[in-house]
Amino acid sequence: MKTTIPWLLACITGCVMIGATFVPALAEWKNEAGSWFELLAALAFVLGGANLCAQHLKKISSRKAGWGYSAVTLVSFLVTLFVGLFKVGVIADDPTHPWSGHHQAEGSALWWLFEFAYQPLIGAMFALLAFYVASAAFRAFRAKNTEATLLLAAAFIVLLGRTYAGTWLTSAVPDDYSALTFPGLTAIILGVFNTAGQRAIMIGIALGVAATSLKVLLGVDRSYLGSEGD
Amino acid sequence: MLRNRFAVRVARSPQCCQSFSRNILAVAICSFVIFIWLRPVLAYAQDEPATVTPPKTIIAPPSNLTATDAPDDAGTAIDLKWAPSADDDPARKPRVVRGYQVYRSLADGSDRSAIARLASGAREFTDNHCQRGQSYFFEVTALGDGNSESEPARLEQPVRSVVQWFDTKRRWFGVIVLVVCGCVIVFTEIVKSGRGTYIRPIAGLKAIQEALGRATEMGRPCLFVPGLRDMNEISTVAGINVLSHVARIAADYDATIEVPTSRSLVMTAAREAVQAAYLAAGRSDAFNDDRITYVTEEQFAYVAYLTGYMVREQPAACFYMGTFFAESLILAETGNSIGAIQIAGTNEAAQLPFFVAACDYTLIGEELFAASAYLSGEPHQLGSLKGQDAGKVLACLLLVAGCVLATLATLFPESKEVEEALGYLTESILGRRGT
Repeated sequence: MKTTIPWLLACITGCVMIGATFVPALAEWKNEAGSWFELLAALAFVLGGANLCAQHLKKISSRKAGWGYSAVTLVSFLVTLFVGLFKVGVIADDPTHPWSGHHQAEGSALWWLFEFAYQPLIGAMFALLAFYVASAAFRAFRAKNTEATLLLAAAFIVLLGRTYAGTWLTSAVPDDYSALTFPGLTAIILGVFNTAGQRAIMIGIALGVAATSLKVLLGVDRSYLGSEGD
Repeated sequence: MLRNRFAVRVARSPQCCQSFSRNILAVAICSFVIFIWLRPVLAYAQDEPATVTPPKTIIAPPSNLTATDAPDDAGTAIDLKWAPSADDDPARKPRVVRGYQVYRSLADGSDRSAIARLASGAREFTDNHCQRGQSYFFEVTALGDGNSESEPARLEQPVRSVVQWFDTKRRWFGVIVLVVCGCVIVFTEIVKSGRGTYIRPIAGLKAIQEALGRATEMGRPCLFVPGLRDMNEISTVAGINVLSHVARIAADYDATIEVPTSRSLVMTAAREAVQAAYLAAGRSDAFNDDRITYVTEEQFAYVAYLTGYMVREQPAACFYMGTFFAESLILAETGNSIGAIQIAGTNEAAQLPFFVAACDYTLIGEELFAASAYLSGEPHQLGSLKGQDAGKVLACLLLVAGCVLATLATLFPESKEVEEALGYLTESILGRRGT
């Protein structure tokens, strides 16, 4: 029962979604199913928040290594929740209704936290990507074998083809042979080899999605539902 | 007495004359000032009739208005077509027709309202807000300057929107889905009947045992990241399926597995899957649900938690199975920097190069979806892989047919048959109309 009922729900919903793709009359059912998922996800968000608090409180109370980070996380979570729920610093749109302002209105405490704490932190994390791209490229482009050498050559051409240096270096090539310039070769590599490879992968992914969906609908693979017993 | 009075009147007469002439002068000056002041107003008043009520331009109305039920819809749309107004000529300056106004009313003529205002040159419109089964009248007028309108083009009979029970534009898509799903079911049954099947070895999946064994030997935990998406994504379901097998091996080896999630529903599903795996391994006592936690739904906050965990706890093996975006490289590079064995699989084609560059093994494309069947070794699951292969054969046949037709269309540009066949393949079977 523990896995059968969830599987039945998944099966019925999945069949409705497939049906709605081909039967226009079922389009509303599809929207209903989407709304139900949104509802479930919203309820689960409360579960997630409770789990977050429980995990970090446990860590703080047992003074585990790194409990200070947990304290910072909890304080940040509670402060953000408080200023968002109680609209701290929000100026009411309608003076007769003191709660009428938007919780993210400019100048509010939540807006301030978002603009001056959250955004810079997210930006800093994203900026790390630049360094990681450089280190990954350095490792990937080492000519260890034939395949790696081909990759290195292709990367070299594409990098040059995307810069002015590439255009300048092959500027002497006549227009009739423009495909042999760095920009021309770059266009061929990206438009032919890269696109062909990407599409092959995407066809495989689409077939994999179809097969996995079918396994879920038929209940062939119920690993994600756990076991029958407690 | 009379004489005296006359004498007085005569004596006053010069003063009287002076006063009279002063009054006349004052009246004349005032009249002049008033005239000067009022002149522009009078001039405006004289001009006003010419500017306010220009000779009204009569705009030719649109004609031949037809309305039909929109095909392949849920009974909420009606297509309108009309011949544009004779005055709707782009070459004519200034333009006489500025646009068209569409009106809709119920079959009894009530509830008439303007539902759309279209640009000049418009010849058709689809009303997507009809009620299923309701009959409507439509009118279209041409609009000129100053909101002037032509006589309307009217429908003679009301039109009703009707629901269609099959979207014919997707018939080929339906055929392909039926063939692929049919192949999956047929091959599943064939393999279940006991016929052996060969599944090519997937290096990334074979390495899972090696990675977990290494983690056990080193006494370090394993990190499993099920991606950023929720349980409504099939890639996340595939990731959780892989997790259940990884957890089973971890339970056998007594390795510790950590699963930080970015969605509450994923956390719940992951707990169920890992608990079931520990139970199946006979190690239910070793299951600790505190190791499967919810972190945050924010992409880079989640990344910050994961990279922080990696640097602090130094997991011996990292698994990334699910949907990943820009964070893929940050995670994989951090894992690489701590020397962990890394195995990744994602359905995001754009992230695969990053995983290939930074991870030891990468499940490419459909391998993520095949992983669960491969790891389980169950015949009824392995059959689905054969079904996928049949789908690939179908895709290859369509690709070859497309390439041949495209080549023929280039070699014989005058051939209408080839052009039509290519158009049918690309537009109806594979193209937008088929999706």
